Amino acid sequence: MIVKTIFSGFGGQGVLMMGYSFAHGAMSEGYEVTYLPAYGAEVRGGTANCTVAVGDEEIASPIASEPDYLVVLNTPSLYTFQNRIAAGGLLFLNSSIISARPSRQDMEVFAIPASDIAEELGNARAFNTVMMGAFLKRTSLVKPEIYLKSLETVMGSKKKAVVEINRKAFSAGYDFLKA
Amino acid sequence: MKKVFSRPESLRKKFVFHYCPGCGHSIAHRVIAEIIDELGVRGTTIGVPPAGCAVLAYNYFDVDMIEAMHGRGPAVATGIKRVRPECLVFSYQGDGDLAAIGIAETFHAANRGENFTIIFMNNAVYGMTGGQMAPTTLLDQKSTTSPPGRNAVLDGYPVQISEILAMLPGTAYIERCTVNSPANIVKTKRAIKKAFQYQLDGRGFSLIEILSPCPTNWKMSPIDACRWIDDVMSKQFPIGVIKDTPAEAAGKEGAGHDR
Amino acid sequence: MNSKVLMQGNRIIGEAAIRAGCRFYAGYPITPQNEIPEYMAENLRKVEGGVFIQSESEIAAINMVAGAASAGARAMTSSSGPGISLKQEGISSMAAQELPGVIVNMMRGGPGLGNIRPSQGDYFQATRGGGHGDYRTIVLAPGTCQELADLTMDAFDLADRYRIPVVLLADGMIGQMMEPVVFKEPKPRQYSADYVLKGAGTGKAKTIKGLILDPLDMEEHNWKLDRKYRVIAAKETRCEIFNTDEADIVIVAYGTAARVAKGAIKRLGDHGIKAGLFRPISLWPFPTEELRRLAGTRKKFFVFEMSTGQMLEDVRLALQGYADIAFHGRPGGVVPTPVELANVIVRQYRRDR
Ligand SMILES: Cc1ncc(C[n+]2csc(CCOP(=O)(O)OP(=O)(O)O)c2C)c(N)n1
Ligand code: SF4
Repeated sequence: MIVKTIFSGFGGQGVLMMGYSFAHGAMSEGYEVTYLPAYGAEVRGGTANCTVAVGDEEIASPIASEPDYLVVLNTPSLYTFQNRIAAGGLLFLNSSIISARPSRQDMEVFAIPASDIAEELGNARAFNTVMMGAFLKRTSLVKPEIYLKSLETVMGSKKKAVVEINRKAFSAGYDFLKA
Repeated sequence: MKKVFSRPESLRKKFVFHYCPGCGHSIAHRVIAEIIDELGVRGTTIGVPPAGCAVLAYNYFDVDMIEAMHGRGPAVATGIKRVRPECLVFSYQGDGDLAAIGIAETFHAANRGENFTIIFMNNAVYGMTGGQMAPTTLLDQKSTTSPPGRNAVLDGYPVQISEILAMLPGTAYIERCTVNSPANIVKTKRAIKKAFQYQLDGRGFSLIEILSPCPTNWKMSPIDACRWIDDVMSKQFPIGVIKDTPAEAAGKEGAGHDR
Repeated sequence: MNSKVLMQGNRIIGEAAIRAGCRFYAGYPITPQNEIPEYMAENLRKVEGGVFIQSESEIAAINMVAGAASAGARAMTSSSGPGISLKQEGISSMAAQELPGVIVNMMRGGPGLGNIRPSQGDYFQATRGGGHGDYRTIVLAPGTCQELADLTMDAFDLADRYRIPVVLLADGMIGQMMEPVVFKEPKPRQYSADYVLKGAGTGKAKTIKGLILDPLDMEEHNWKLDRKYRVIAAKETRCEIFNTDEADIVIVAYGTAARVAKGAIKRLGDHGIKAGLFRPISLWPFPTEELRRLAGTRKKFFVFEMSTGQMLEDVRLALQGYADIAFHGRPGGVVPTPVELANVIVRQYRRDR
């Protein structure tokens, strides 16, 4: 099994951190993993994306021509990547920001009002952790506890408040999607 | 009705600058294009953009251009100007391009008194490659290759290129400006126009240094970046005319540009 | 025990170099390898005796490395495309002066300024010496982040053992991606320090030089270097042979292209085509014998490179007359998908049948 996920959004929305923490969590789960960010001038334009491949066998190419999963945080990313997702793939979008929906019917779409949820929790910036909660609920690739540990490791923040809000945001996203 | 603001002829018709919001490159491009229009030399101008954030300048300027490898602009411009002395030739360079990898080409073009103009964009960092230390990075200024701040003992000092080149007899006109306010943009325009005029009059090498905001790599808002130029950067790099060689002297001091 | 960490390729090189005892790094920014100097700026200066210099150019960087090597340090520089071109004079000089050193090239699309996407267009430059004169450098081509860590350490050992510049040849993709790595224990440094300049003290003064005006003496120096290169060619080839036992077709690819090839091999299986992979890890010396041995039983070789065909020439030198050789290339910074490569191979051999 190898599954590939693309995370995409504006620079500064934390997409690279989402991919990195997810990759770290998958590594902790014992999977093979690759993380490939978009780099150079293409990042300057304002959008950022990264590809994470997770597998129980050697990962040949870290590039996803047909990602299984797609997590998008802004509308341009939805337009850029919606046609690349594999048939039957899963699409997670932040519906607080994105009102458009993909035209394709052959995938499952999860609209998560992540920014609204995060705001209710008192920290609008934590919306990407809300997204991660929903993403991992549905994909079950990394157990919540392991992911949260990885997130704390890669963020390198030991501030209690930050850890707390991330945990809350993650649970909110996780619980938003019914099993 | 009179049109007071329009796109200069010397800029292309349809494009969006790829520069970050608040970047000095877009302002400098516009100013240069306006001057080329005003001097009526669009048809005889040849520009040399650098390796740097301004590498795509040829997508914006509607004049002939040849991209140079990193730092080699003054050598490329020398070749062009010697073959086409009737053309207005300018090289456009960042501080890494000009003062680090291209210092030899810059220094010797100036020393030969080559009759072209360098527009020197000093933003105290390497913009294109993501904010590394430049020769002009200030002491204690943080960059991705001077994470604790520039350290004089380990990293050396910010280089005052304009002052150094002014010491060479071959240089005719050198001024340092900035584009952080409307008033300063007007002054910059005056300076570049004067440098181009000197070139057209065959008076020798000219260089206009522009202190240019790079909000992205300075990690500041565009407004703070403009303020930082006033409050900090221009203390290290004082604004003003650094060298202005009178016309008579230019002839004597070796401009002799009919070669 | 060394634990598994998730790290970016470029930063892995920096870390592996420091662990291997590299105490001098000089370099100049260029994408896609900026994280190497950035990592060194952050970390090398924290190590006792560690020197990081952001040089004024790549020319200066390689000559700083030569100086540091002559003074006995393990030294490294890194760059890409245009910057590697600028280093060639210095690399030639280091080869002539028999100085050890490690040069990392994170290849990007070229020629000229080109672009910053992953490419393999510098194979000729790396494996044929690259600069002027009659010389070689060892060239190692990692395919994974783990190999990046291992080969960076090995590069320093090889450089010392043979007093030779060693090139680590990877590309922007390996440099930018993260994979889990375990850093191996570095071997203790072994080298004969006869050449190292420390000041003559009361003894005999040493010189390190490359100017040899008498042609007969120069010729002797060339033959001496050549003898060394022959030893290296005999002892230091490395390759990976994957899935070739049952294979009808052997793909020959290195670095990132080999990763794509592995993905393609799986898909070819679905088409009923049995394919394997021959992956040179040392590009110079090229694993000619190993490849030829494979051609004893396999007759179809398919070379795949992210260039217009450079390693192809070494494969031809090895296999011409022994086997069929086909080629597919994607230059300019394009990384094709495994699906594309599989389709190309299917078409190639359908036609043959
Ligand atoms: C030989 C060589 N080395 C390095 C580079 C990578 N490079 C491109 S632009 C640049 C520096 C950009 O900084 P600067 O000249 O200050 O211009 P800015 O981008 O800030 O406008 C570098 C190092 C290159 N293109 N060629
Ligand atoms: S990085 Fe700096 S110099 Fe480059 S375009 Fe952005 S603001 Fe301008």
